[in-house]
Amino acid sequence: MTTTHAKATSGETRAWRSAYWRWLVEPYFYIGPAVLTIVLVMLVPLTIGISYSFQSISLLKPFATSWVGFENYAALWSDAKFWRALGNTLRWTLGSLVFQFSLGLGLALLLNTTFPMKRLYQALVFLPWAVPTFLSALTWAWLFNPVIGPLPHWMAALGLLSEPYNILGDPALAMWGPIAANVWFGVPFFAITLLAALQSIPAELYEAAEIDGASAWQRFTKITLPFLAPMIAITVMLRTIWIANFADLIFVMTGGGPAASTEILSTYVFNTAFRKLDFGYASAIAVALLLLLLAYAVVLLWARRRFVKL
Amino acid sequence: MARLELKNIAKRYGAVEVLSEVDLDIADGEFLVLVGPSGCGKSTLLRMIAGLEPISAGDFLIDGVRMNDVPPRNRDIAMVFQSYALYPHMDVARNMGFSMEIRGEVRAARAEKVAAAAKTLGLAALTERLPRALSGGQRQRVAMGRAIVRDPRAFLFDEPLSNLDAALRVEMRLEIARLHQRLGATMIYVTHDQVEAMTLADRIVVLNGGKVQQVGTPLDLYERPANRFVAQFIGSPTMNVVPVDADADGLVLGGGARLALTGAGAATTLGVRPEHIEVAAPGEGLIDGTADVVERLGSDTNLYVNAGDLGMLTVRRAGNLPVRPGERIGLHLRPENLHLFDEAGLALARPA
Amino acid sequence: MAAIRQTHPLLRAAKGAALFFYLAFALFPLYWLLKISVTPDRLIYSEGTALWPKTTTLDNFRSILFQSDFLSYFANSVTVSLGTAAATTLIAAGAGYAFSRFDFRGKRIVIALMLVTQMFPLLMIIAPIYKIVAAVGLLNSLTSLIITYTAFNVPFATFLMQSFFDGIPKDLEEAAMMDGCTRFQALRKVILPLTLPGLGATLGFVFTAAWSELLFALMLISKNDAMTFPVGLLTFVSKFSVDWGQMMAAGVLALIPSCLFFIFIQRYLVQGLTSGAVKG
Repeated sequence: MTTTHAKATSGETRAWRSAYWRWLVEPYFYIGPAVLTIVLVMLVPLTIGISYSFQSISLLKPFATSWVGFENYAALWSDAKFWRALGNTLRWTLGSLVFQFSLGLGLALLLNTTFPMKRLYQALVFLPWAVPTFLSALTWAWLFNPVIGPLPHWMAALGLLSEPYNILGDPALAMWGPIAANVWFGVPFFAITLLAALQSIPAELYEAAEIDGASAWQRFTKITLPFLAPMIAITVMLRTIWIANFADLIFVMTGGGPAASTEILSTYVFNTAFRKLDFGYASAIAVALLLLLLAYAVVLLWARRRFVKL
Repeated sequence: MARLELKNIAKRYGAVEVLSEVDLDIADGEFLVLVGPSGCGKSTLLRMIAGLEPISAGDFLIDGVRMNDVPPRNRDIAMVFQSYALYPHMDVARNMGFSMEIRGEVRAARAEKVAAAAKTLGLAALTERLPRALSGGQRQRVAMGRAIVRDPRAFLFDEPLSNLDAALRVEMRLEIARLHQRLGATMIYVTHDQVEAMTLADRIVVLNGGKVQQVGTPLDLYERPANRFVAQFIGSPTMNVVPVDADADGLVLGGGARLALTGAGAATTLGVRPEHIEVAAPGEGLIDGTADVVERLGSDTNLYVNAGDLGMLTVRRAGNLPVRPGERIGLHLRPENLHLFDEAGLALARPA
Repeated sequence: MAAIRQTHPLLRAAKGAALFFYLAFALFPLYWLLKISVTPDRLIYSEGTALWPKTTTLDNFRSILFQSDFLSYFANSVTVSLGTAAATTLIAAGAGYAFSRFDFRGKRIVIALMLVTQMFPLLMIIAPIYKIVAAVGLLNSLTSLIITYTAFNVPFATFLMQSFFDGIPKDLEEAAMMDGCTRFQALRKVILPLTLPGLGATLGFVFTAAWSELLFALMLISKNDAMTFPVGLLTFVSKFSVDWGQMMAAGVLALIPSCLFFIFIQRYLVQGLTSGAVKG
């Protein structure tokens, strides 16, 4: 006890500096490694990536690297494949999102009720979320294969297909394959977040509404939905961005084919970079995708502030 | 044991000053209570003494040694938290002996001190339990035991009883008073409960808006509040305050009643404690009023009296007063029980 | 509460049907994977689409395990995923603690930086990372994968850890500091033991994420002996695209670690993980 006091008193400047260190520098000791990793492995490459989009960088022509200004973007503007991929991105994102969200909301509402063996049930229906994406892609690709998969036969039996064939090879239908896999994989995410939001709604509100004479449907539209709205807005936004960027499923299931019918912007980036090895152009596509997503996020955040009161 | 000095202490968060000009000299073995409404800075002051918050300006000394920049672990001060802050994954004995464990003292020495503390606090049978298996009062005792085992130079208490129910609160209040008598240690105690403050303190510090309003013994504060804030903060029910006009002969109350007093020149308000108002028959007191609400506590009766232009007055009399709601009564004031305040709310010298 | 009200038999039937639909939708693809993997080769074409084959076999698993490189892919993936999970959790625990307990200059900037990393397409940095990794000579090394995966997962893991730290009262480490601990000691002896479930959930989450990553592994690894499971499986699929049974057996194997971790973390999912997400 006495020794520590002696130490504390000896040399006030040193004590002052140690206290200063404690209050000001200590946080950076904890946060430092994270910032360092993120800056070095993500933000520096991001800056380099953006700079690539203003260069001509092709591994096939290693000595022809040069700054080309907006040339890549000009090429993008007149690239029919880019516009087609943009259209496919919209179809892919919207198709996945609509089903993921509506099925996810349904599941969350179901899980917010009571029924026997609920814990086990919940673990099982959330399982697809834990399946590695490449495996989900392969599994669904196999399910759509008429040799070993039942889906073509079922669809033919229902009259959806004229005969059992692989829709992943049909340019008109191929996009539905990855979308099905994505819905399967993404429903648990929506269900988990919405379920958590549902559980945070105080039960007294429902009781009060019931005493006030609200029907089940009124309780859903007047209490549940308004309470879920902020959560819905934020998850839908994050999920849209995530899905638009999500190339794995399409890459594994169709590689963007057949006839580029499932080529979305992010697979186009990957194919341009690693099939054509044209890094400059690939970066320009990626920057365009980033700007589109940023614009989308800004619009959605504005709408959220405008329309969601909670 | 130690003497604690606070010299012109201030606390700022950015441009916001939450405490300023705090000067206190806490004697060795003194029980000092910090009271004030929530947000007055009392807990912040305690945390600055503990070393959990940096001191923005001024000096804090223990036994003459400046402590501003000494981390909490080297200040040799123990603290009992409002939430008790018991380590949930350690049993009672380990909770109490944790400080010795950190200092690297041998197991036998630890066990001996913990057992002694547990015995005095009546926890001997519970030392192997986890905190979650304890009742609120038992947790409170463990938190105190953790401080006692330390044998520190000073004890800090941050609203330690506010999570207990009323009966336990009284019991633990007595326990703390006994502890202070037995250890004779310097203790600083934060509370918003004036009963705790009045019963435990050697001296009370009343804080409001980040400034010390008054420092004094409990009876000092009760009998000679320095300003209107202290006057109304100490005492329950709250002191009645009514506007007055002062002239050379004395005071004129709102309803026209006169009080002959000398030296009340600057008074703009008059304060009188509910227990100092006497009840008389209608017309026989200084003021007349209607008893709106009558609360019978058994030992006391509280009257809420509508005194016309004077507003509502609270009256507290011992015993069971035979007054019915709606009944007109007279109220009588004695000059020696009156408090006068000037425009700024500062107390004037006591009227003779 | 709904169970009490749903006395109408039609409603109850509808609920049962919905429950069954979700369960079938979630499990059927996995069931199919398992089914094909135990179907003998000679039966694939005749019974490929039957609900269960007449006879079953473990031959596919045997040949995958002992006559292919999958054990080495598996080992590589385990190394990468464990390395990533450990490194990420350590870094994220520090950062999450700082977010939870300190108010420091630049905090908002760091949070903004982390949010930015969640916004942009990771594909944007695929080319620069390839060039950097090639320049420092780490192509075809598992280290490069661990470093990149760690960086990708740190932001989310940080927010996760922060929500766990936020759930632990600040009083506890202040009490420990009064009891003689330095802040780091208080963190180690008092806070971390209480955050173990959170650390476990974060470990599991990051492990699963690293286990399933494909595109960066595809790009940074081209040598067979450094391939992770996804890359190896994909290569196998394009090389032996008719050996259905073996491919699916490999798929079942790939599922095992994720499912193990999922079972471990799933009970924290709705409580811990999303209570943080709801707050934020």
